[in-house]
Amino acid sequence: MRSLVLKVGSKEISLCNLGVLCVSLVGFAKKSFTTETQRTPRLHREERADDLCGKALMKQSGSTNRIRLVLVAFGAALFLCSCSREGIQNSINPAGPNAANLDRLWWLMFWVCTAVYVLTMIAIFIAIRNGTRRRDLNPVLDPSPETERRKRNAVVSAVVVTTAILFFFLIYSYSTGRALTADLAHKNGLSIEVTGHQWWWEVRYNDVDASNMFTTANEIHIPVGVPVLFTLRGGDVIHSFWVPNLAGKKDLIPGKISTMWLQADKPGVYRGQCAEYCGLQHARMAFWIVAEPQDQFNAWRQNAVQAAVPPSTDSQRYGQQVFLSAPCVMCHAISGTPAGSNFGPNLTHIGSRNTIAAATLSNTREHLTRWIVDSQQFKPGNKMPANNLGQKELDALVDYLQSLK
Amino acid sequence: MRKSLLCLVCVHLCLSVACKRETRQFTAPPATNESYSVTMSEIHPGTTAPPPLQNAAGEQAYDVNTGKQLFMQYNCVGCHFNGGGGIGPPLMDAQWIYGSNPENIYSTIVEGRPNGMPSFRAKIPDSQVWQLVAYVRSLSGQLRKDVAPTRSDDMNAHRSEQRTKRETPKQSTPGEIH
Repeated sequence: MRSLVLKVGSKEISLCNLGVLCVSLVGFAKKSFTTETQRTPRLHREERADDLCGKALMKQSGSTNRIRLVLVAFGAALFLCSCSREGIQNSINPAGPNAANLDRLWWLMFWVCTAVYVLTMIAIFIAIRNGTRRRDLNPVLDPSPETERRKRNAVVSAVVVTTAILFFFLIYSYSTGRALTADLAHKNGLSIEVTGHQWWWEVRYNDVDASNMFTTANEIHIPVGVPVLFTLRGGDVIHSFWVPNLAGKKDLIPGKISTMWLQADKPGVYRGQCAEYCGLQHARMAFWIVAEPQDQFNAWRQNAVQAAVPPSTDSQRYGQQVFLSAPCVMCHAISGTPAGSNFGPNLTHIGSRNTIAAATLSNTREHLTRWIVDSQQFKPGNKMPANNLGQKELDALVDYLQSLK
Repeated sequence: MRKSLLCLVCVHLCLSVACKRETRQFTAPPATNESYSVTMSEIHPGTTAPPPLQNAAGEQAYDVNTGKQLFMQYNCVGCHFNGGGGIGPPLMDAQWIYGSNPENIYSTIVEGRPNGMPSFRAKIPDSQVWQLVAYVRSLSGQLRKDVAPTRSDDMNAHRSEQRTKRETPKQSTPGEIH
C-alpha cells in the first residue's frame, strides 16, 4: 500500500479526503437511485403492467445496483489507498526498533482480523443464500443426527480457532510490550529528561559530567542507531510523550518519573505530539525529534552545551539590554547572561531551532516578532503575556534572539 | 402541588440566570502606562495614598489563580514565603506598611520599597501585576466572597486563600512589634 499523495501547492492533500468524499458521494448516489427505483414500481403497479414490463424493471434496478457496487468499491479502494506509509508523524512508518515491533503487531492483527471478517461474511452470506432457497423447513426444525453432529463440529472448531487466535494475540502483544521496555538498565546510551509543561516540552540532556548538561526545549536531537533513555516528568498536569515513528506513548505524570527508550535507525525529522488532553492548547503541544549521524549530533551537542554567543552588533547589544530589562527575563533563561529563570523555555540557542511555540510556528523573523508582541493570537491561554515594546526595542530584541545560534 | 413545583422550577431558573459567569480575557488589555521605560532607581520611598491607577484585571478567580502561580514563579515566595513572611513582611495578617488597597499593592510591586523589596517596573506586565495584587489580597481574605477558591497543585494543609478569615487592614510601620 504505497501512499498516493497529491501535492497541491505547498499543501499535501491526502487521498484520504478524496476517499471520504467518494464515500459520501456514493451515499448520495445510493439515496437518489433508491428513490428512483422505488418510485418506478409503484407507478407500474398502478398501471397494472404486464410481466414483460416487470422484467425490464428488474433489469434496470439490477444495473443501478451494479453501479452502486462499483462506486462503493471505488470509494473503499480510495479510502484504503489513503493509508499512507510515509510521513514524519505516522505509526505505520517505523524508523526504529520500538516502532517496528509495534508496526509488526499492528499489521499482524490487521490481516488476521481482516481474514476473520472476510470468512465470517462469506459464512453468513452462504447461510442466508441456503436459507432463502430452502422450501422445506423440516430438515432445519428436525435435523438428522448426522447434520446435527456436523454443525456442532463446525461451531466447536470455530470457537477453538477464535480462542486460539485471541490467545496468540495476547501472548504476542505481551511479548511486544516486554520488548519495548526490555534491557532498560543495560542500554548504555544517551539519557534525556523531558518535562511536560502547559504547553511545551522542557528537554534536559543528562550526563555524568555536570558541565556537559544543558537544557533546551521542543527540539530533541538524537544520534542515529543509539538507544536513548527518556526520563519523563509531568510539570503541571498529565501529558503524554508520543513520537509515532519511533515508539509508543508514555504518560508524563506529575510527581512520578517514568522511563522509556527509543532508537532511530534512519536519520530524519520526526514529529511528536502530546497524546493526553492537557488543556486548551493540547493540540499545539508538539515537538521534533531530529535524528542525525553521530558526528553531526556531537557537533550539535558541542554547540548546545556552550553559553549563548555574545551580541556582536549594536542592534543585538541593545536587544540584549531589552531582554534583560523587559518581562522576558522573568521567565526565560539565556546562559551566559543574568537571565536564569526556568519557568519558560530556555532561549540560549533559540536561533538554531526550527520552530517556536512547541512546533506551532516556523522560526522566522515575522513569527518571532508577532509571537513576542501577542502570543495569545497563536495559542490562546498560553502563559506568555503580551509585551508592549516599542518598534525599535522589538526589532533589536528579535535581532538578538535570532543571533543566538 | 403542581403550582408549587412550577414555582420551584421558576425560582431555580431565576437563580441560575442570576449566576454571574466570570469571563476570562485571553488578550491582555492595552497598557495604560508606558510598560517599557527605564527605571531610574531600584527603590522608591512610596506613599500610602493610592495613586491614580485603574485595576485592569478584575479580582476574578482566574486572576487569583494565575497570581498564585506567578507568586511562586516570580519568586515572591523567596522573601514573603507563602504569605507568612520571613525575609519580607507577612502578607496574610492585618498589618500593612504601604496600604492594602489594590492600587497600593500595585505600586509597591512596581516601584519597590526600601529595605529589600525590588522594583518590578517594566519586568512584569501590568496585567500580571494586577493578578499578583489579587492573589496578595486573597491571602488576608480581602476579596469578594463569591470569588471561587484557588486550586493548589500540591496538597495543602490550610484552606484556600479566599476562604481565610477576613483581616481588617491596619496601618503599620516596618519593624513594629505587635
